[in-house]
Amino acid sequence: MSEAMHLVKLSDVPIGKLVKVRFLKNNGLNRRRMMDLGIIPEATVLVSRRSPLGDPKAYIVRGAEIALRKEEASQIIVERL
Amino acid sequence: MSCNGCKGCDNHKRFHSFNVKLHTKEEIVIALAGNPNVGKSTVFNQLTGLKQHTGNWPGKTVQNARGSFRYKDRKFVLMDLPGTYSLLANSVEEQVARDFICFGKPKATVVVVDATCLERNLNLVLQVMEITDRVVVCLNLMDEAKKKHIDIDIPALEKELGVPIVPTSARSGDGLELLLQKVYDVALGIEKSTPLKVHYSEDVERVVNKLVPYIDRLLQGRLDSKWVALRLIDGDQTILDSIYQYIYCDESRGECGYDGL
Repeated sequence: MSEAMHLVKLSDVPIGKLVKVRFLKNNGLNRRRMMDLGIIPEATVLVSRRSPLGDPKAYIVRGAEIALRKEEASQIIVERL
Repeated sequence: MSCNGCKGCDNHKRFHSFNVKLHTKEEIVIALAGNPNVGKSTVFNQLTGLKQHTGNWPGKTVQNARGSFRYKDRKFVLMDLPGTYSLLANSVEEQVARDFICFGKPKATVVVVDATCLERNLNLVLQVMEITDRVVVCLNLMDEAKKKHIDIDIPALEKELGVPIVPTSARSGDGLELLLQKVYDVALGIEKSTPLKVHYSEDVERVVNKLVPYIDRLLQGRLDSKWVALRLIDGDQTILDSIYQYIYCDESRGECGYDGL
């Protein structure tokens, strides 16, 4: 799988970059919460801003801006576009 | 599992304080659901004016607002549910909203959605439609959508979802008259809708079909059995607790002054 080269944690993607969600590593409540916010495989996410201390960061998903903590975003595996 | 004479027990109080004290049998209960920040409160205020009460949901630190209005020959009670993205009981707010739609048995549920980012709002719409057939979608913030040059094919969406969709700009009152008309028709059964039901993977559907007959026998149609089956395989304990609370511990329903079941 040469594709695996492009997979990164959402938390590691720099501001301004557009990515595509490949899969979620978390389970249970957190996973469901992410999915309810529209973060599911194939969804595109734009990393939009960082807070003054760098955590949380703001992401644009399906037309809305949401804030995710580093620990949450690190569970979301994405592909650089 | 009855609890006769449970006037003093917590469960009874809790049911009682879904707080829909109806003055007459003719009052019709409507639920108002929606994501946060879609103008749900604006819709609520426009419809009920000053005829509203606020408080907390029983035993929860979640705001509860209910109001009333007249339309045509009927009096309606409107329950403003907490703004949520989902009804999967990830939070107290979601549980409160879910419980009211499941056990408060509103005659119609209005789901307010944001026309400027419709896609993310449809998650909640689909979830509500899994629980109840009596749904009206209020496509709010149409004025904002127009500004952003977003054009929504309402007839196509209506056909796809199988429920009435009313475009509104609640701030200016646009579309609210038609919303009332649709709510009236759905609540009184004049308009029957057939909501789109989500189809799951074969594995899930197979397990669900196994469970449904058992659930049917236990709940006798008081809740959508397929939906309950899905929650059970989700491992959702909260729905079991709520079923116990609202269905089994409520033999004295009549005295609650609420005959919504």
